Amino acid sequence: MKVWKFGDDINTDVITPGRYTVTTDKKRLGEIAFIEYRPDFSKNVKEGDIIVAGNNFGCGSSREHSPVAIKAAGISAVIARSFARIFFRNSINIGLPLFISEDAEKIDDGDEVEIDFDTGEIQDKTKNIILKVKPLPAFMQKIVEKGGLVEFLRSGGYDNL
Amino acid sequence: MASTITEKILAYASHQKEAIPGDFVVADVSYAMAHDSTAPLAIESFSKITDKVFDKDRVIIVFDHFFPAPTVAGATLHQKSRKFVMEQNISGFFTNGVCHQLLVENYVSPGDVVVGADSHTCTEGALGAFTTGLGSTDIGGVMATGKCWFRVPESLKFNLTGKTKNGVYAKDVILSIVGDVRADGALYKACEFTGDYVKNATVASRLTLCNMAIEMGGKNGIIEADQKTLDFLDGRPGKIFKSDKDAIYADEFEIEVEDIEPQVALPPVVDNVEPVSVVEGKTIDQAFLGTCTNGRLEDIEVATKILKNKKIARNVRLLVTPASEAIYFAALEKGYIQDLVAAGAAVCNPTCGPCVGRHGGVLAEGEVCISSQNRNFSGRMGDPKAEIILASPATVAASALAGKIVDPRDYV
Repeated sequence: MKVWKFGDDINTDVITPGRYTVTTDKKRLGEIAFIEYRPDFSKNVKEGDIIVAGNNFGCGSSREHSPVAIKAAGISAVIARSFARIFFRNSINIGLPLFISEDAEKIDDGDEVEIDFDTGEIQDKTKNIILKVKPLPAFMQKIVEKGGLVEFLRSGGYDNL
Repeated sequence: MASTITEKILAYASHQKEAIPGDFVVADVSYAMAHDSTAPLAIESFSKITDKVFDKDRVIIVFDHFFPAPTVAGATLHQKSRKFVMEQNISGFFTNGVCHQLLVENYVSPGDVVVGADSHTCTEGALGAFTTGLGSTDIGGVMATGKCWFRVPESLKFNLTGKTKNGVYAKDVILSIVGDVRADGALYKACEFTGDYVKNATVASRLTLCNMAIEMGGKNGIIEADQKTLDFLDGRPGKIFKSDKDAIYADEFEIEVEDIEPQVALPPVVDNVEPVSVVEGKTIDQAFLGTCTNGRLEDIEVATKILKNKKIARNVRLLVTPASEAIYFAALEKGYIQDLVAAGAAVCNPTCGPCVGRHGGVLAEGEVCISSQNRNFSGRMGDPKAEIILASPATVAASALAGKIVDPRDYV
């Protein structure tokens, strides 16, 4: 899958500018992802593509529209050195896979990267390297395994812990 | 074990003896808030989980990001949230202030756990509560269950000592801190503000400090409740927690506030902080006073003192948005609103105003706005090529008068 590379501190106004988020329509949100910051993104992104970023990806507002837009645009996972905490929770809650990797900086825009979602192994095929990934805490893994917070709470939620 | 105030509140709310950083806890939530921008997605998630909120008096809905609705799309979202408010018989439904200010004026008590679908929910921690921002689905989950999971955060201690120079305010102090700590320097951590500067600060100034904890990546901002807090709460009950003297902090910052000059955050990110002298003389098009950061009575008072019996520059539009109806009334009673209007300000209804760019006061390409708000990201207030410069209410007011960015110390 092709990589879309971003830098540090990519904020939610960059991902989904406030003026465009007066909607809950997922398709529309997918069309406006990075609309001003990187206009070629939503035009050329292909189903399954991957975002790779630096530190503090998703900082700023609590707007869930940002991970929803990224997912709706077709992105299959985001790999970053670190994530802002609300964006991180939001992504887990809506089922957008995130990976924390110190090696994110080694990956370049346009690289071919393959993720094995079962084993969590990430390979940059262009560079021929395997990325080290920090595993999710077990608590959060339970929410991911259920497919997000809604399903987690529907199936017993906190009573099952 | 010695604990911080944040650890103690999370332990209490999750019925644990203690809460150690890194632990995951499930806490009882005192209040869950969503606003017009985040409520619709929260309601969608909530509806998939259950059909009745956990407590109609503990779920709060505020229309503040685009009220009254400026577009059909906005009105449609409002319609959806209103339907939810009516169906669930939500008692706390407001259209007369910024959500954080309304929570502070009406609900939050020391020791509470408060979550809001807005990143600046860290503001309310100034009353000695654990308050943090979440996304819509998390809030939908809390509306359904009354509970929320948290990873207990490590704490950072900001020990603020001394007195600020005349013309320097809490906003300058927190901008200076954000500039030093950077946008991700407090990632996932509790930001605890303490020291004699904080003890002497008004509740409004404490709210300004906690408001910008998120701009360093912080999970919550928090200040121990004291007599001043109790006076402000005027009988609202709460449970006061204090950090133990030997509590463990991930890092401690000693800050002598007397050294701080008036600050600005230059676009396009909040941690791009410089002394105002760096941009002195830069022409502005708009000046905005308001928001959850600096829309309180003392902020309006500072601006009024600078602008009374004067006229703002011809090249500038000055927008003033009191943070709540109560503040609006108080400012009217003191004559501040009248003085500001006479000076040329446009006073808008108490909401977030232009800060999020979904309402009046948007910027054209190339325009420059000096604002008392907390974010200056590209495109936030209109055209992505507009510049947003963050500063204190005094710097905003003095700059509106001069038509260009000035050091407020020459005006106060």
